[in-house]
Amino acid sequence: MFTSDRSEHIIGILRDSFFPILEAGLYFTIPLTLITFILGLILAFLTAIARISEMKILNYLARVYVWIFRGTPLIVQLFILFYGFPSIGITLTPFPAAIIGFTLNVGAYASEIFRASILSIPKGQWEAAYSIGMTKSQAMKRIVLPQAMRVSVPPLGNSFISLVKDTSLAATITVTEMFQKGQQIAAATYEPLWLYIEVAFIYLIFSTILSYFQSALEKRYNRSIAK
Amino acid sequence: MITIEKLFKRFHDLEVLKGIDVILEKGKTAVIIGPSGSGKTTLLRCLNLLEIPDSGKISLGSNRIEFSPSAKLRTKDIMTFRKQTGMVFQNYNLFPHLTALENIMEGQVVVLKRSKEVARKKAQSLLEKVGLKDRGNMYPHQLSGGQQQRIGIARAMAMDPEVLLFDEPTSALDPELVGEVLKVMKDLAKEGMTMVIVTHEMKFAEDVADQVIFMDQGIVMEKGTPDEVFNHSGNPRLLQFLNKVSSR
Repeated sequence: MFTSDRSEHIIGILRDSFFPILEAGLYFTIPLTLITFILGLILAFLTAIARISEMKILNYLARVYVWIFRGTPLIVQLFILFYGFPSIGITLTPFPAAIIGFTLNVGAYASEIFRASILSIPKGQWEAAYSIGMTKSQAMKRIVLPQAMRVSVPPLGNSFISLVKDTSLAATITVTEMFQKGQQIAAATYEPLWLYIEVAFIYLIFSTILSYFQSALEKRYNRSIAK
Repeated sequence: MITIEKLFKRFHDLEVLKGIDVILEKGKTAVIIGPSGSGKTTLLRCLNLLEIPDSGKISLGSNRIEFSPSAKLRTKDIMTFRKQTGMVFQNYNLFPHLTALENIMEGQVVVLKRSKEVARKKAQSLLEKVGLKDRGNMYPHQLSGGQQQRIGIARAMAMDPEVLLFDEPTSALDPELVGEVLKVMKDLAKEGMTMVIVTHEMKFAEDVADQVIFMDQGIVMEKGTPDEVFNHSGNPRLLQFLNKVSSR
């Protein structure tokens, strides 16, 4: 099936395409992931606080936001932003459109992680904080959130690794991240099988490195918590 | 002095406190006993407003709060009142992300705005007082139940409260650890700390209390000195209760 000529041909293509694909990863996939994750976490945190707050309007707005963005496919959200919005006069270039789309999506999912983590802290911790005279916001900031953050590290780590892979959807709105780059080279060389395996391999490297950081972070955060 | 007048509290359909009248002397130790469901823990939690009574009055030192179902208390009033009390919980409720020392410093720094230096000094002297001088850098999960509860007492003391409230402080402990916690409480009583203690330790109540309050079904059935309550009461419900817990 494989002549040595054919093998050499494939190896040559893989060798030549490795760095362009990796480059696409470094220029687009990683910045897209990091920026959206950080913005998404900020949005998620505010949303979680809004959902826990006793202000009805905030609570309602947060609930509607999470409902919409968890209940619709990410790819449809991206299409509305990038292909749909120009018809109402809002034209976004691909990268900012991807940032906005992914941030809103991460914000909705991660807000539920934060909310669940905050609610998982036993009532006794609130009461102990109140009993030494803390206000509700002091108790939240000093006692509940530090514990809730530790609880949320493992699920947030999972979200982060999912996000790395989900950024491949940005290809559909013409961001030349890794997957898009792979597609372009595959189309030019007629070697889709090997090119996509190569792309998969590079994603695997990325997520493996991130998993390593995730478990290191979890260990760090688990130091002072009873098992 | 703490005065409680005509205190009522209900949870939905269940009336838990049905008109409590109690006077607690400054510098004295009051022990509340009674069967479970008698309302003793609720009464204690009303004293630091973790539960807000439906009606009645509580005065503590110069502070006086009147409760009524129609008027909602202002948060500021609750905070001011609560600052005069310290609470020790059945399950300790130490902050697991802070060391023993930090647990005792936290309220001083955040609430009383003491400097870290001052707070640390105070925390260290309290650690010494509860016999845990060398455990300041340990996290709660590294300490035994008895040690955790002693840290809990130190944490409450650090706020210089007018009164210390204990909610079954030894009920979650292994029997051999009960003594070390009771000893700390005994020392505090001797020093003239005002304390209100909900407990099932009848021997302790007999030895340490200045006043024993027996509650049943949301009312105070009997109160008096330990001798009066334990040895000279004719109240049938009290006798029945004491019989059941006759381990004393």
